[in-house]
Amino acid sequence: MSTKRITKEFAEVSQTPPEGFIVSLPPNDSVHTWHITLQPPPATTFYPGRFGILLTLPTDYPFKPPVVKFVTRLYHPNVTNDSLGNVCLGILKAENWKPSTKIASVLEAIRNLLIEPQPDDPLEERIADEYRNDRATWEQKAKAQVTKYALEDPVFPATAN
Amino acid sequence: MDSEEEYMSPISTDDDEIMQDDSGDELSGPDDFDEDDFDEPDPDFGLSAKDMDKKKTAAHAVSFKVLEPSDIRRQQDDMMNDVNLILDLTKEDAAIMLRYFRWNKERLLEDYMDRPEKVLEAAGLNSSSSSQPKLQAVPGFVCDICCEDEEGLQTFAMKCGHRYCVNCYRQYLTQKIQDEGESARIQCPSDGCGRILDSRSLDLLVTPELTDRYNELLNRTYVEDKDTFKWCPAPDCPNAIECGVKKKDLDKIVPTVECLCGNRFCFGCANPDHQPAPCDLVKRWLKKCADDSETANWISAHTKECPKCSSTIEKNGGCNHMTCRKCKYEFCWMCMGLWSEHGTSWYNCNRYEEKSGAEARDAQTRSRTSLERYLHYYNRYANHEQSAKLDKDIAQKTEKKMVQLQTTSGMSWIEVQYLNSASQALQTCRQTLKWTYAFAFYLAKTNLTEIFEDNQKDLEMAVENLSEMFEKPINELSDPKLKVDIMDKTSYCNKRRIILLEDTAENLAKAKWTFNADLMNGSTLLLNKH
Ligand SMILES: [Zn+2]
Ligand SMILES: [Zn+2]
Ligand SMILES: [Zn+2]
Ligand SMILES: [Zn+2]
Ligand SMILES: [Zn+2]
Ligand SMILES: [Zn+2]
Repeated sequence: MSTKRITKEFAEVSQTPPEGFIVSLPPNDSVHTWHITLQPPPATTFYPGRFGILLTLPTDYPFKPPVVKFVTRLYHPNVTNDSLGNVCLGILKAENWKPSTKIASVLEAIRNLLIEPQPDDPLEERIADEYRNDRATWEQKAKAQVTKYALEDPVFPATAN
Repeated sequence: MDSEEEYMSPISTDDDEIMQDDSGDELSGPDDFDEDDFDEPDPDFGLSAKDMDKKKTAAHAVSFKVLEPSDIRRQQDDMMNDVNLILDLTKEDAAIMLRYFRWNKERLLEDYMDRPEKVLEAAGLNSSSSSQPKLQAVPGFVCDICCEDEEGLQTFAMKCGHRYCVNCYRQYLTQKIQDEGESARIQCPSDGCGRILDSRSLDLLVTPELTDRYNELLNRTYVEDKDTFKWCPAPDCPNAIECGVKKKDLDKIVPTVECLCGNRFCFGCANPDHQPAPCDLVKRWLKKCADDSETANWISAHTKECPKCSSTIEKNGGCNHMTCRKCKYEFCWMCMGLWSEHGTSWYNCNRYEEKSGAEARDAQTRSRTSLERYLHYYNRYANHEQSAKLDKDIAQKTEKKMVQLQTTSGMSWIEVQYLNSASQALQTCRQTLKWTYAFAFYLAKTNLTEIFEDNQKDLEMAVENLSEMFEKPINELSDPKLKVDIMDKTSYCNKRRIILLEDTAENLAKAKWTFNADLMNGSTLLLNKH
């Protein structure tokens, strides 16, 4: 519905992206799916990984929040440690989302989540426990998964529309 | 001992009498209930002194009030008017403030007197001008939501000044109200703005249908925001119940309430009436039954074999007294024992005899014993549940019976009401009996359990007797002597039920029951978890 708004947001975010982000549209696709790559800042656990994020805008965007999924695997309390890559992000919950919230703010929130996980609101209970109680082990496993999955350019799934 | 009338009154028939206590303009809202959020002892369980004086209340009964939709609306209107008069606020703003304070008028007034600016801001009412909301076209306007900028675009902003085009505002509100069921706390669409939408702005923006839905939802939040209110869980029932029993008291009392629609349920957990078992035990029990359903399923089967001739016997009434059609053997459906031994002595059909310690030495025996023990109670619990259903089928036939009786015996409609009372008594008593077995399962053996089991046994016998009479063919029912018997048995059943409930409730209130520690541990649920 709000193509005007989406086009405007995409122009802004792709031209002056928030720090650490590269944003593009998949070839031959509508503006409703965005391919996003995030590299967290140096000296954080997930550096130097490059994480692919698939952002999908529902038809009633911006009244409904975007849907965000990691396409790169990561060992994180708030991201499902599987091929789905679902994320738990406060700003995207229906009770917090406002139609005036911009995708740039969502991206900021994602980067903050990689810098500072929120173990009290976990999707992966076990990883959250480890993060809280045995930070060194968590750090080590997270780093190992960065090396294993996140050093190449992220591969986005072919969008089936 | 008290008359049956007095025992029954708080929950059974005369809600009207209880309601009349508050029918004046004296409001029974937060004034009576909300002021004690703190953990002071509350031995009366929300009974006001007034109620206590009025009649001696039974230990198993709680005082409560049924609120119909008009009562719920009136209470809200009254409070809005009060706040509107006392504070210099419009009715809309008073409503927003009250909702923000979850209808605790006293706290609202107090906080507002202390720091009006801060309170207004927290409730989303930053400045208190009373100008009418209106739609407006603003030159050079670009809507931050849809990015439209056409000339003459109608726009709207609440007092916070966040202005959006009317189409976006409408779509936002439609989604919040229709899809998300929100009402009392719909915020301004601006990111980070907590200003709450008032009903006058809403009237301006949306269609009347949506306004109706909005008001309906607002009504719901009034009830849902208050700990002392609960919706009647019966499908399509629009009533709510007001009751002062608090969460922390639920290990001491089982607050059964009854709606005007006839639904009897627990105010604590909204499950159907489960006296005498406290809410926490009910939760444990239901979970256990769900977890062990495969083990226990075969038990509650509809058909069993005659213990004597092995022909298949189907149970199609609530009564446990079975007679084999083939060999005429009479036995008890529960324990498969000879019925004649049940008649008066009821040789402990309800009681589970613990095996002596020596027998239960090895782990395998112990685990078999614990399964046997569980099945003993589950069997009886499930049987009453089943029987209550069968009794209900019979109750539906009762209606027909009553019509027949009128024609065959010449009795009037009033004169055949005793069958209706009997059917009601059977249902209520079976509901109670059912839960006595869940309760007994968790009880540790003390001298109190013996009294409890005796009461249980007496109620069992009374119910079986009545159930048996109740299933008699219509030509026997018209016998005036049987009518008197049924009426006697009905009131006897009710009396036995009250005796049992009083005994358990009194001991529960005084924390005298000992629960089986093994069964209470190893579960995530705790009796005092609040
Ligand atoms: Zn707009
Ligand atoms: Zn605002
Ligand atoms: Zn009801
Ligand atoms: Zn309950
Ligand atoms: Zn037989
Ligand atoms: Zn028996």
